[in-house]
Amino acid sequence: MSDPADLAAPAGAPLLALRNIAKRFGVVQALSGVTLELRAGEVLALVGENGAGKSTLMRILEGAHQPDEGEVLIDGRRHAFRSPSHAHAAGVRVIHQEPDIAPDLSVAENMFIGDLRPAAGIFLDRRDLLRRTHALLKRFRLEHVISPWAPAGTLGAAHRQILEIMRALRSGVRILSLDEPTSSLTEEESQRLFAIVRQMRAEGVGIIYISHRMHEVRALADSIAVLRDGHLVAQRPAGELDDAAVLQLMVGRPITNLFQGARRAPGEVLLDVRGLCNTRLRDVSFTLRAGEVVGLGGLVGAGRTEVARAVFGADRLSAGEVRMAGRRLVLRSPADAIAAGIGLAPEDRKGQALLLLASVQDNIVLSVPQLISRLGLLRGGAARDIAQQQVRRLRIRTPGIAQIVSKLSGGNQQKVVLGRWLARQPRVLILDEPTRGIDVGAKAEIYRLIGDLVAQGMGVLVISSEMPELLGLCDRILVMAAGRIVADLDRASANEQRILDLAMQEQP
Amino acid sequence: MSSEADEIGLPALPGRSGAVSRLMQAAGTHNLSLLLALAVLVAIFGGMRPDVFFLARNIENIGQGIAILGVLATAQTIVIISGGLDISVGAVVGLSTVCIALGVEWTNSPTLAILFGIAVGAAAGLANSLIITVGGVNAVIATLGTMAAFRGVAFIVSDGQSISIFNPVFRMIGAGRLLGLQITIEVLLLVVAAFYVLMRYTIVGRNIYAIGGNPVVARLAGLNVRGYQVGVYILSGAAAGLAGMLLAARTGSGQPISGSDGLELQAITAAVLGGCALTGGKGTIVGGLLGVLILGVLNNGMILTSVPTFYQMVARGALLIAAVLVAEQQARRYG
Repeated sequence: MSDPADLAAPAGAPLLALRNIAKRFGVVQALSGVTLELRAGEVLALVGENGAGKSTLMRILEGAHQPDEGEVLIDGRRHAFRSPSHAHAAGVRVIHQEPDIAPDLSVAENMFIGDLRPAAGIFLDRRDLLRRTHALLKRFRLEHVISPWAPAGTLGAAHRQILEIMRALRSGVRILSLDEPTSSLTEEESQRLFAIVRQMRAEGVGIIYISHRMHEVRALADSIAVLRDGHLVAQRPAGELDDAAVLQLMVGRPITNLFQGARRAPGEVLLDVRGLCNTRLRDVSFTLRAGEVVGLGGLVGAGRTEVARAVFGADRLSAGEVRMAGRRLVLRSPADAIAAGIGLAPEDRKGQALLLLASVQDNIVLSVPQLISRLGLLRGGAARDIAQQQVRRLRIRTPGIAQIVSKLSGGNQQKVVLGRWLARQPRVLILDEPTRGIDVGAKAEIYRLIGDLVAQGMGVLVISSEMPELLGLCDRILVMAAGRIVADLDRASANEQRILDLAMQEQP
Repeated sequence: MSSEADEIGLPALPGRSGAVSRLMQAAGTHNLSLLLALAVLVAIFGGMRPDVFFLARNIENIGQGIAILGVLATAQTIVIISGGLDISVGAVVGLSTVCIALGVEWTNSPTLAILFGIAVGAAAGLANSLIITVGGVNAVIATLGTMAAFRGVAFIVSDGQSISIFNPVFRMIGAGRLLGLQITIEVLLLVVAAFYVLMRYTIVGRNIYAIGGNPVVARLAGLNVRGYQVGVYILSGAAAGLAGMLLAARTGSGQPISGSDGLELQAITAAVLGGCALTGGKGTIVGGLLGVLILGVLNNGMILTSVPTFYQMVARGALLIAAVLVAEQQARRYG
């Protein structure tokens, strides 16, 4: 593992140092002034809310993104990685949640891909490969856990991750980052992973461990770094921070009421969801009233988007029912939900909401065929009038309704999606991350719009990973974890810390 | 598609807006380049054989030659806009000619026989659509498989024989005129007009653009994506059935082997030449028709200038590749 070059490193220089890293994507400042140090044989836990900048920082570390400012130092020497393969060559690896493997090659071949040695000139030297694979597995006491000749495609998520870690180790990794490695692992698999992490630490590898789970951070970390809104707010030895202090550092923002104007008392129950189950959801029940904004909070992957899709008829249900104003819905497809008065603005605007090559007008009128045609034939001005009405109402900044929608900014694209639903006048509107990636001004307009809609008696279900947004917009917040609703908090009793506590609580 | 209009930042035209007209504007420039290509071909072949090429008889020959291909290519254009592909159309043409010949034999009614041929084509399209939508099989593979299967069925029901049609109505359709114009060409014009209206002026047409543009978006916007896909393949099958009627009328027979000389390849070539993106959501009927005209002039010109048959095949294959290459380049540039 260690080579003589290590000895030549400047005395006292940390293994890895990030200095003043800044990165901007369009209008979003993802990272600014991030300075971080990692020593050999140290496990650094990197924590922060969704969108705090953890993943961006790791992409910069592995050369997938280039920082706008700042530098990456290894052993005190500057490196500017232009791609992950550059970073790999310098001993830096980031293990992602879904590693790239060649499914039809064996575990051994995957592990040593790029370093397969030939026998007799052209044939793969299987004996040498087995020897090297076995030695590596044995070092981590995995020789009875993973079979070298098993096709890698047959491995579960846990073993794929281990395979990726082994691959990094055999190519001499010195800095390893694990991005939420346990999110899809069982308890036993997690324990095995922890053992591997500890052994790597003992061998002198520097490890950056990203996790939402405090007990893992406690079990592994020597030090803790907290990112918030792209800033590094603390890096301290793990012993100096208790759980409450970490959460406080992660949150630490004033919460404002995003609504202007008076709120009405909620009216009759519109959406009544009972016992929804499918592969991602477990017994989800809740109600949404007219004039009410209900939020779905929780971590990425907790099942919030799946609730939206299930209620909207986009995913199949194995059990449960959805009622709209008392009437039970038969949801075979989104068309059924739309006919019942439900609209959904999905999280993935470009992939799921917009026809990128079509015009503003055609995107807006997509769900109102009955308003723009007679006997199947288009009525000339009808579509234009509807589109213009929504452009005016939502203040969509576009040169005209014929503008191709991919040329608009993110905020205006989102308004086009909202315009499609407003043209249909649904009774319930589901907004999945409605302000992701859009600028502050457009955000404020969307908040105001939500306020207007509930004032007119619509029920709105908001999914958001931004705590201030949830707390500022919603009358009630449903907290999800592992496909369940674990809490139903009213406005008075909800706060960031409580939601985070509930969202990160241990799974039964 | 050219995005010149976008780059100059043209304001929205009053009274004509929306994707369809945007596509028309964009396809307008595309169609201009197609017309230019057509003019070049006419100049070349006209220059080489000025004695024959411009004769009314030859121009009618070109029209006759493209009638069948035109029906197939404009239907294929719709399939490709919807995000699919139908390779089986040539085989369906052959099957349809056989079924029509048998229909005449059995019923002695040309109307019933023609309806039978079209219905068999529609049924073949339904089979394609179910394999693709319910079975989840890739459209290329599905219709490649049914191409072989439909051809086999044509041989089975005809016992491998050519079946002659002795009926004046078919002779009339194949060689006759109505109001001074050949009937086959009139059938083509009717079909093209119907498809043009469908894709340009109806909800169904614009929804076909939407499901081809992004089926996930279309489904979440409430469109019945599968329903449209089934409908599009049935349309394509029925159009192939109608093309089979034209072929049976021209040859006076039903032949299981007919339509196997690369008709599907030419139909796809014409559609792609006409501006269809194989990823779906883009293309026009007018473009498809212009693509057919280019192919027709090319075929006719190569015969007039005595290009050997085998070289003609190479030229047609190269044209398809060239058309896709150009389309890919444009997609990369204008995304």
